[in-house]
Amino acid sequence: MSNVAQYDVVSIRNDFPILERSIHGKPLVYLDNGASVQRPVQVIRAIEQLYQENYANVHRGVHTLSQESTRLFDDARVKVRGFIHAACVHEVIFTSGTTESINLVAQSYARPRLQKGDEILITHMEHHSNIVPWQIVCEQTGAQLKVVPISDKGELEMDRFAELLSEKTKLVSVVHISNALGTVNPVKQIIDAAHAIGVPVLVDGAQAAPHIPVDVQKLDADFYAFSGHKVYGPTGVGVLYGKEALLKEMPPYQGGGDMILSVSFEGTTYNQLPYKFEAGTPNIAGVIGLGAAVDYVQKIGLGAIAAHEHGLLEYATAKLRQINGLRIIGEADQKAGLISFVLDAVHPHDIGTMLDAEGVAIRAGHHCAQPIMERYGVPATARASFAMYNTFQEIDVLAEAIQKTIKMFA
Amino acid sequence: MENLRELYQEVILDHNKNPRNFRAMDDADGFAHGNNPLCGDTIDVYLKLKDGVVEDVSFAGHGCAICTSSASMMTTALKGRTEAEAEALFNSFHHALTEDADYPDDVPLGKLEVLKGVKDYPVRVKCATLAWHTFDAALKKHQGEVTTE
Repeated sequence: MSNVAQYDVVSIRNDFPILERSIHGKPLVYLDNGASVQRPVQVIRAIEQLYQENYANVHRGVHTLSQESTRLFDDARVKVRGFIHAACVHEVIFTSGTTESINLVAQSYARPRLQKGDEILITHMEHHSNIVPWQIVCEQTGAQLKVVPISDKGELEMDRFAELLSEKTKLVSVVHISNALGTVNPVKQIIDAAHAIGVPVLVDGAQAAPHIPVDVQKLDADFYAFSGHKVYGPTGVGVLYGKEALLKEMPPYQGGGDMILSVSFEGTTYNQLPYKFEAGTPNIAGVIGLGAAVDYVQKIGLGAIAAHEHGLLEYATAKLRQINGLRIIGEADQKAGLISFVLDAVHPHDIGTMLDAEGVAIRAGHHCAQPIMERYGVPATARASFAMYNTFQEIDVLAEAIQKTIKMFA
Repeated sequence: MENLRELYQEVILDHNKNPRNFRAMDDADGFAHGNNPLCGDTIDVYLKLKDGVVEDVSFAGHGCAICTSSASMMTTALKGRTEAEAEALFNSFHHALTEDADYPDDVPLGKLEVLKGVKDYPVRVKCATLAWHTFDAALKKHQGEVTTE
């Protein structure tokens, strides 16, 4: 509890200018962090400073600004390496986000290896971005997509996973934390089981990287994907971590500048890692902003953030359970800081509109996870998701706004 | 929340809670399925015509309060109208919420006026118009799913 006691949420909130906004005359209560978090002033300033003082294209110019930009850009990669505890800096590939990271692995790793009869193993609680790239690559190769089912509580059925994992499996791709249910999956156990029969594992860490400490080496993950905008960084930037040995064997994902050593019409020599996978001028400001975000998150400490958010989750769960006619979707034993719920009498979109009138921002919809909605027999859910800057008082505002909503629709 | 009364008027909340003509029809002449997958709004519209007049119209499915109440109010507004009158009302209703010039604003909305407040909530316009577009497809016997997303 010492982490929680020392946790200074007031000073953290002071770093996030947008949290001072009022919405419809009420203080903003931002609980849509699962979709995207807000940025601290440290990230906003890093981007502003880059454009005002240091900006030029990277990896090409001999002039001062290009060298300064290149140094800041390369520093960000070092910071991200530290953030996820990768063994080497060149195992960190910058992409546009988790979605592109997964597509990169699907097309560059899986596609050349897959044959008819092979299988890709995912789970029922994947985001669309960890379903559709595999459907595409299965269509291209004749491989089959297999899906690990989930229990009523929202946990993976690990005995079914063990049955589905076979010599036909060529890759396992699994979400670390479910964006719709909050379930924290036993990815270490999954990776160990897959590795025991030589199958590599991709972990979709979009919802994990901002909320729990991630150590790709301890996990022994072969690939790990996450997005900048969910770890307090800019939009349009993300990361694919891959083990060096795997990345080296893979062909480039896209062709263009920066990913080559030399080009002639007779042939082209590809650049080394990580540049082989970073064709074209990269998202320079995005990457540098992500570096600042990673610094910020590490300064607060992911252990402390996880403890704070767990406290919010427990408080909110107890509070919401007291509300008559409210059903929580996803009650896994291991859960991160988000609550999906439905009300008997009010559709999630009406909940979203009603709560907005009270200044409370939540998500309503299928959360890009339609198979989960189908699994629980609901068209959509309302979702409150927490971040490092949320407070217990904000949970009170949420609960009260839900009560008012129920009253109005009664 | 009181400022939402413009959107969620009493009559809208009432139609949401007690939707009229909320049933599937076994002997419908026209049927269409409307689906806004992003919202999770799903509406089936059934209709029966006699001598060019809407003799009966009903709906089934589930959606938000705006979607459900709009569908419910639509069914009560359409009964007894000729096909041409029904089309004109559809056009006027769509025009009222979208100001789309392709849909002529020729007839008064009557009780449907209460739904005009939806215009101020652009993301909800598709909820209010789903049932109407589904009805239009049922009337014209269009195949395939209808969506307003």
